[in-house]
Amino acid sequence: MRYIQVGKLHSVALNRELCVGCTNCIKGCPTQAIRVRDGKAVIDETRCIDCGECIRICPHHAKGAVTDPFPDLSAPHKDHPTAVLIPPSLYAQFGPPATRGMILKSMYSLGFDYVYEVALGAAVSSARTRELLQEKRELVKTLPPEEASQVFPLISSACPVVVRLIQMKYKALIPHLVPLDSPMEITARYAREDISNITGLPPENIVICFLAPCPSKRSVTLNPQGQKKSDVNYVIALNEVYPLILNMLEKSLQVSREELQASSKVSLAESCGVQWGASGGEASTLGTEKYMAVDGIHNVISIFEEIENENLTDIEFIEPSCCFGGCIGGPLTVSNPFTARARMRGFVRAAKEEQDSKPDLFMKPGVMNPLLWEVPLSENNAMRLDENIEAALGKYDQMEQILATLPGLDCGACGAPTCAALAEDIVQGNALETDCIIKLKEHIRKVAREINILDL
Amino acid sequence: MKKALSRLGVNPESVRRAAIAMYEAEINAVIHGHGGVAIVSIFPDSVKIEIVDHGPGIPDVEQAMQEGYSTAPDSAREMGFGAGMGLSNIKKHSDSMKIDTKVGEGTKVTMYIKF
Repeated sequence: MRYIQVGKLHSVALNRELCVGCTNCIKGCPTQAIRVRDGKAVIDETRCIDCGECIRICPHHAKGAVTDPFPDLSAPHKDHPTAVLIPPSLYAQFGPPATRGMILKSMYSLGFDYVYEVALGAAVSSARTRELLQEKRELVKTLPPEEASQVFPLISSACPVVVRLIQMKYKALIPHLVPLDSPMEITARYAREDISNITGLPPENIVICFLAPCPSKRSVTLNPQGQKKSDVNYVIALNEVYPLILNMLEKSLQVSREELQASSKVSLAESCGVQWGASGGEASTLGTEKYMAVDGIHNVISIFEEIENENLTDIEFIEPSCCFGGCIGGPLTVSNPFTARARMRGFVRAAKEEQDSKPDLFMKPGVMNPLLWEVPLSENNAMRLDENIEAALGKYDQMEQILATLPGLDCGACGAPTCAALAEDIVQGNALETDCIIKLKEHIRKVAREINILDL
Repeated sequence: MKKALSRLGVNPESVRRAAIAMYEAEINAVIHGHGGVAIVSIFPDSVKIEIVDHGPGIPDVEQAMQEGYSTAPDSAREMGFGAGMGLSNIKKHSDSMKIDTKVGEGTKVTMYIKF
């Protein structure tokens, strides 16, 4: 049983032995990146955006995510201090009596030398995005109406899948993206500098691990967005670490709360960062009511169509999340997203109360810096029929002609998700008309009839 | 059309302009012309969009082109249309635009968007 990563830059992986060649994944893939060929699913790596829908959909567990194994922390690693970054979605995996302090403490018990909350970077990103919104509002006042209508909405770039979707299918929306590094990267950069300052070791010696709620977080460290190189060294699946944390929590529940907090070596993140774990958590920190939180990749796609048609210019901010419920609904989480959302509220409330009673425990504004994208976002031309527009036009014509002869059932039996996709595959030389079982039946019937006539 | 143009590799800005111009013309045909037909011809360097209706026609084209001028019924305005920006928006978003209209017979709006 082996999961093989799709190309070098993806985390989504296939297990050929488990794949039975059914049509579930090809139907659910939002970018039509999957085909069934010779009875097994094949993923087009140029079109895969690592959303993880196929992992969720596959009833045979033939799709998975390749992540990094949990590091061996028992061996001495004094020259290579190891830090772990905790996403807000992790907290929501645990119910009462677990507290944020206990979960953070359990990370030290697992052997990590330093623990940082990604909520720290999220709070910083919220603050900078509030400024960006204000800058855009000022800009709109100076522009003629037809240009002003293209400024809003600002689109969150926190979900890497959303960014990949825009790079490939909604290129006109690239200028709408918040040009800031993700909270994970902001926190990773800070952790590296912080530990280097504490230990006096060179920054490159510091090992940064991230507990990921979804495969795209690993893909984005392999193929960064807006950055030359990611600051995260290892991406570990959250559901792999979950049982280890649960075990630690059960052991340490007797320890008092004060004791746990006293042992924490880093500042806590404010509630506005913690709430990023659930859909709407980011947008509601921005001081505007003109926002939309859209979760679920197929819903995100329909909203992007609306933005492109300039139907949402009265909305200032869009927070699209690939997964239902936001990051708490990621394919590598454990709790169901509804339970997680309810728990998230508890963690956010507790954070707010602690902020009021013990402000010293929390990170002060300005300690951590938001990071602007250092390289412009590239476009992905995988959806283009041909590099040459005249050739593309020819192929488009052919596609329409072929499509007219196909049955229009979109049954998927040919291995393509729709008849239109099969028509495209035929034109691109990747499939045959007789891959369509209806067409094949017609051919066989015709041949049979001819044989009958000969017999007579 | 939007999908076709992006699949052909047309730059996003031209796709955007074509989509908006076409959308406005379609809305006009629905509100004033009792619906109509859209003919899209794609060339290697441009797209031609023709929206044809058999509605009442436009008596004074110059007046209709003015921003804010509208004869849309209240039912259309209630839905947020009829701000009198339709034709001027088409003009802004296309590289050339032509209106053939005859009162009582109908209207044909032809627009070109270069890539």
